Amino acid sequence: MSRIFRITVSHSILICGVLLMIVPLWLVFASSTHSNSFIYNEGMQWKIGGEFFDNYDRVLNRKGGFTKEITASGIFYNSFIMAFGIASLSVFVSMMAAYSLVYFKTRFSTLFFWLIFVTLLVPLELRILPSYQIVSDLNLLNSYAGLILPLSASAIATFFFRQYYRSIPEELLEAAKLDGANSWKFFIDFLVPLSKTMIAAMFIFMFVYGYNQYLWPLIMTTSEKYWTVVMGLKMIYGGNSVDRYTYVILSLIPPVIIIVFLQRLFIQGLFQSK
Amino acid sequence: MKRVQFSSYFTQYFFIAPQLAIILIFLYLPIVQTFRDAFTIQDAFGFGRYFSGLDNFTFVLSDPNYITALKFTLIFIVVITFFSCSIGLLLAVQANNVIHGKSAYKTLLIWPYAIAPAVVGVTANYFFSERLGILYNFFNGLWGFDWYDNVYDAYIYVFIAASWKQISANFIFFLAGLQNIQKSIIEASIIDCKSSFRRFWTITFPLLMPTTFFLIIINITYSFFDTLGIIDTTTIGAPSGETKTLVYKAYIDGFKGLDLGSAGAQSIIMMLIVLVITVFQFRFIEGKIHYN
Repeated sequence: MSRIFRITVSHSILICGVLLMIVPLWLVFASSTHSNSFIYNEGMQWKIGGEFFDNYDRVLNRKGGFTKEITASGIFYNSFIMAFGIASLSVFVSMMAAYSLVYFKTRFSTLFFWLIFVTLLVPLELRILPSYQIVSDLNLLNSYAGLILPLSASAIATFFFRQYYRSIPEELLEAAKLDGANSWKFFIDFLVPLSKTMIAAMFIFMFVYGYNQYLWPLIMTTSEKYWTVVMGLKMIYGGNSVDRYTYVILSLIPPVIIIVFLQRLFIQGLFQSK
Repeated sequence: MKRVQFSSYFTQYFFIAPQLAIILIFLYLPIVQTFRDAFTIQDAFGFGRYFSGLDNFTFVLSDPNYITALKFTLIFIVVITFFSCSIGLLLAVQANNVIHGKSAYKTLLIWPYAIAPAVVGVTANYFFSERLGILYNFFNGLWGFDWYDNVYDAYIYVFIAASWKQISANFIFFLAGLQNIQKSIIEASIIDCKSSFRRFWTITFPLLMPTTFFLIIINITYSFFDTLGIIDTTTIGAPSGETKTLVYKAYIDGFKGLDLGSAGAQSIIMMLIVLVITVFQFRFIEGKIHYN
């Protein structure tokens, strides 16, 4: 097989892959730029129509829901708060926990390790009913705290920070100790600046995770004031209306932008611990 | 564990306390409640709770609908893992081959990672809606495709939606795995073996085993848990419950049917399944992998 032939095959396969990823969303986007009755009768469209501004303006700003008081913009705001809250809280908490697991060896270290990592086996979907009851007992239904807290203890993020800290040469701690750094100073002045890439990667990972949550906001927000973008798909729009196409496109813009523009940081962070 | 360490109880506990507080309240407390629900029966008015031993479990396991969901979930896991892994690997190998346009391909193949399962479900819904769906009409022209009535057609629908979503994640990890393989090994193998196909299966693929192993776990967890949003926005279990995964069924029975005992028992059975799969993987598969 000649080299040129092989390269051509590679490019063709890659182009097929790219089309497989892009065509479905292109169809949704193109359809979101037509009028409602046209889409209702004709289905998805390949070509861009003339209603782009009308549709996007209407979906973002029209008041909807049962109370006719919520707008898509408000829903986006809720999703941002939820994703940002989950990302910052879980990065903060996981970094601290990983530090405690790697740099301290005392009686309960092993117990703590297992307490945290067993939770990998029990994602929210498995404990959804009791979690709902507990959040309800704490009076946190329909609140940002209720949306954020149950999802912000990430064993995965803790695991990544732990792996990363373990890969840091021991000489660093020895040198820091010689310079008289105590455990607080070492964490704040050495570890935090060193783990910048990992912090960014985990923040991106948890932000997308939080933004994309579906089931939890669906069951714990009975008040429309706290609806989030992804659950809104089920609650606000049904059927083949053009508003729903528009909403789908709007809903995937924030996480896609984050992944596309920050992919280098994200991937560097994910793989530097290996 | 590090050789050089700190030994201050106070600081250690201080740093781990926030994480532990969150998991104790929002993870362990719910798990304890799940066990209580699973081993008790609540009377119809919610006044009393009686210990019922394994009644909830026998009730769940003797329900033919549960066995249907169990079978579907297992098929679902195998099919999704197989398709998304192999397409992801195929694309990663090609992306690793080419020199021109590498980063453009990477970006264009990575971005669907960011899309929520529920959004993928809604999109798939357009393709498979009865009157105007492009894929519905395409398959319908081939063999009278109708996922509202035919179980296997409904399978095809959810398999396509769920596998599509997971290709990007597999691609990212396989590409990173391929780039981690030392160039010298590949160069040496080019001298020894002319066929690039054989070279891949005898040299590259075995070196990728740690990545594959990790991805299998990722894909199993994905098909088990994260696909709830896809099922809930596509078939909702159609034709009549055959495309409910175990997680989806537990959610419906517990939240819509308000049968706490049954939902609790189902959750515990799922924890056991996940535990068994994890232990099996670590015992039997990881032992056969060569880490370089």
